[in-house]
Formats: sequence, structure tokens, C-alpha cells
Amino acid sequence: MTAVRVLFQRELIRFIRQRSRMIAVIASPMLFWVVIGSGLHRSFQYPGASTDMTYLEYFYPGTLVLVVLFASIFSSISIIEDRRDGFLQSVLVAPISRFGIVFGKVAGITVLAALQGAVFLAAAPAVIDSTTVGSMVLTFLLLLIVALGLSSLGFLIAWSMDSTQGFHAVMNLLLVPMWLLSGALFPMTGSSPWVAEVMRWNPLTYGVAATRMALYGLTAGAGVDLPGFGTSLLVLFLFTVLVLVFAVRRVHKRTPSAPMSSEP
Amino acid sequence: MIGLAYAYPGRVVLRGISLEAREGEAVAILGPNGSGKSTLLKIMATLALPADGSVFLERWNIVQHPAEARAHLGVVFQSPALDDKLTVLENLYFHGLLYGLPQPVLAARIKESLEAFRLWDRRHERVEQLSGGLQRRVELAKGILHKPRVLLLDEPSTGLDPAARLEFWHFLKETLRSSSLCAVLTTHLTDEADRCDRVVIMDRGEAVAVGSPSELKGVLGGDIVILQSSDLRKLKRGIYRQFRLDGTVSNNELHLRVHGGAEILPKLVRSFPDLIESTTLRKPSLEDVFLQKTGHRLHAEPTDMATGAS
Repeated sequence: MTAVRVLFQRELIRFIRQRSRMIAVIASPMLFWVVIGSGLHRSFQYPGASTDMTYLEYFYPGTLVLVVLFASIFSSISIIEDRRDGFLQSVLVAPISRFGIVFGKVAGITVLAALQGAVFLAAAPAVIDSTTVGSMVLTFLLLLIVALGLSSLGFLIAWSMDSTQGFHAVMNLLLVPMWLLSGALFPMTGSSPWVAEVMRWNPLTYGVAATRMALYGLTAGAGVDLPGFGTSLLVLFLFTVLVLVFAVRRVHKRTPSAPMSSEP
Repeated sequence: MIGLAYAYPGRVVLRGISLEAREGEAVAILGPNGSGKSTLLKIMATLALPADGSVFLERWNIVQHPAEARAHLGVVFQSPALDDKLTVLENLYFHGLLYGLPQPVLAARIKESLEAFRLWDRRHERVEQLSGGLQRRVELAKGILHKPRVLLLDEPSTGLDPAARLEFWHFLKETLRSSSLCAVLTTHLTDEADRCDRVVIMDRGEAVAVGSPSELKGVLGGDIVILQSSDLRKLKRGIYRQFRLDGTVSNNELHLRVHGGAEILPKLVRSFPDLIESTTLRKPSLEDVFLQKTGHRLHAEPTDMATGAS
């Protein structure tokens, strides 16, 4: 468990010393939220929700998740170089469990991502009338769970990459679409059947839905076409465990030799 | 270490390498870029898995049981393995924790090591603020903080200026003298290999020669005469016909191994006054051993760093 502590602490110290990182992570989702949210202000109808829900309000939970997604991704990218030309090289040859390496790193990224989400969460009372202290605490816990899943995924992807360019490709082709099709931008009801089907299989859909429900204190105000809260938590849990298991297995592997050819 | 073999897709990088390092010894793996020496070190550092062969650290088989061996290995990587946002002290502290050193021992050992490496005054500075030479010194302090049995160093002086390199070697030698550590390092610089107790010369994934620097050079014996000419082939033929000396041409120079170079050199110059443009006479170096064993020079590109072959 020392490994977890060391890697976790290191992540926090690094973050405190590079606070400017936070601006990029929070500012761009906030900009999306204000621009897109205001642009579609009145033209939006969320079936089943309280009739006065503006798009700005609908888009708010998805933006929270986007902050967490960005924060997890940007921290994960650093793993690629850290492993090749940095501190992680020496962590890998240290006599510590491989699970400790994965979990320490992921835990650090998770807490930082959720805290950055919390900064944006401070706006909740101004956006959602029914906000209570309880709903905000619950939402923060949800952000932690979502962040754990996303940073584990980020870790797994980063560990399989040998260049940051590769990671950017995965980010644009997998992680951003995952968010686009998670109910963050538009609800499942009313979208074309294939999109709804993709959304149903997207683990992040359950992350956004659970965050949305938590923000409304688990009342019907959140919307009626959402998966159940319990189901969402279960999906998030299974997804996170699965990704973590793969990540630990990946880290366990030493670079194997290719088959020896029979050249002279 | 016995019969190691390793391959990248389509390219075998190690073929049946064996070597041994004893307590207190510094062993250099000398070879050009791409000769497989870094891969060899990666296998020893538990980061790569060979297709064949075993590495033993006392009774631990590093290949089969990497977890047990790790506590006894210290590694200084070619690229920096310090966190540049952390201070010198924090880097060493975290390192010690990863190796399970208890708090009081760790504090005492950090102090002792930072003092020995003359870094104590800089302990609260972030690594990014230190010069390259100082950073390397911190790497070395970190590599031996947990008192490993074997210290592995991959091209440890890469990127250092000559003064910083000398200093680094001073501290490395001090470290070896004051402990029962054994060091295995890779280098493409012959003067670094010269400072070690034993040298393994590697080329294209194979060990072509093993021995102490003086043994290796002693086998060659005599002197080395190097001639430059506008027509090396003609010069080579002429020298062979007249003096029965067979030379090796490489990098636009003719290398001759002779006995009594001081007597022969004037005769050569007198015999081919028009062909010989410049001459050098010196004792054999590891560079010459490499040339003799492999038929080509250690540094193909003349742009490479100081070769130490002078």
C-alpha cells in the first residue's frame, strides 16, 4: 500500500505545483456549456421533465462529467511520457505490487478530477432550483465514481500507447464520442433508434444519468427516460472493475521478446 | 547471466549473451548504438522478458521471479527518472518509501547520501531547477539509496558535458569503493569502459570480447599507426608489398598494428612520401580492440560525441 500512497501523494503535489493545468480542464467545458447551452436555450424540449427545463439546465450535468473526463484524460496522457522518460521508470523496477502502481496512479487522477468537477459543481444552486446540500454531496460522490472509471480507462489506454499522438487519436475517436453519446448533450428519447441503441451500451450513459439524478436529489425532476439509479451504479461499478483488472494485467507484463527467427 | 536471447519483431537484438559481475566490480557493456546493450540492461532490470536464457542475482532468478530480485537492484536510466516538479528531498523520500525503508532509517540515509554527493544544500530545490550534472548526481544517489547489490546504469553520462561527466565518474567510483556494490553499465564511450574493471564488447547482439581493459588491449600488443591518404587502397597495397603489414581501412584511415611503431613510422613515411598525408602513432585503445574484433569502427558517424580514441 506504500506504492498507492507514494503515487497518490506525488500526483497531488504535482497538481498543486502546476495549478494552471486546472484552467484548461474547467474553462473549456464551461465555455461549451455557456455557448451551446445559451444557443439552444428555448428550442429544447426534454420529454417528461418539468416543462421549464432550459437547455442550459439540461446540459449542466453532462458538462460536469465533461470536466471530469477532460481532467482524467489530461492526467492520463502524462503517463505515456512518464513511463518512457520519467519517474514511472523507476517505479516499475521498485519492489512494489503492480496493483499498487495502477491504483496509486488512478486514485490520484480520480481525486483531482473529482475536485475539478467540484469547482464547477459550485454553480449548481444557480442552475437547478431544487439543489440542496445533500444533492450536492451526493453528486460529488458520483463524480468520484465516474472519475475512477474514466481515469482507469485513461490509464489502460495510456499504458498501451508509446506516443501521445496515439492517445489523441483514441481521445477523438473513442473518448469524446463516448461523451457525445452519453445523454450529456441530448436525451435518449427522441434520438434516432441506432443512436439510442449505442447510448444504451455506452457505460458513460449510466455515469451521466446517475450524476443527473444525484443533482436532483433522486427526484423525478431529473427526467423520466433515465435508467434506474441502482442500475447505473451497478454498470459503473462493473465497468470500473473490468478496466482496472485489464490495467493491472497490462502493467504486469514485461516487454516480451518477439519469436527468435532462424536467421544465421 | 547465461545465454540471453531477445528479439524485436523481425530483428534479433541479443544472441546468446553471457556475462558475470562480481562484488565491488564495475562491468562496462561497450557497443555502438543498436548493438543491443540497452535491451540487455532492460532484461536485467526486470522490464523486458527474454526469449531464452537466465539472469541470476545471487540465488534469485530475475527472469522467472522478478518481484524478489527488484529489492536488490538499483537502476539509473538513460533518460531522467526523477520527478522534476518535486524537490531533491521529495524524490529521494518517495524512492525510499517505494523500497520499504522505515521512516527513521530513510531520513538518516537520505542525509548521509546527499552529503556524500554534495547535494545537501540543494535538497529543497525542485529537480527542474538543477543543472544536468546535478540531476545525474541525484539519479545516482537515488539508485543506491536502498543499498542494492547490483547497480545498473544505462548510458549514465548521456547529455553531460565533459566536466560533468568526469564529476559523475568521480562519484560513481567513490560509491563503488565505499560499498560492496557491483555495477553494470552500458556505454558507447571507450574512455568510460576504460575506467571499469571488466569490459564486454558488444556488436550486433553478440558479445565479441570480454576481459579487463588492459587484457583486451594487451592481446593486441604493440602500437597502432594510423595513416591518412588520398589513395588508401594504393597505400595499403604498397605497405603490404614492402613491409608485409596488413592494415584495416575504416573511416578514410588506414590502421596498422605494428611492433616498435617508433622505428617503423619514419620508414613508412620515407617509402610513401606522396601518398601519406598525416600520421598518428599511439598505444592500442578499446576502440582498436573493437575494430579488430568486428572489422568496423565503434562510431560510424564522425558527428558522434568525443570518442576518447585519441
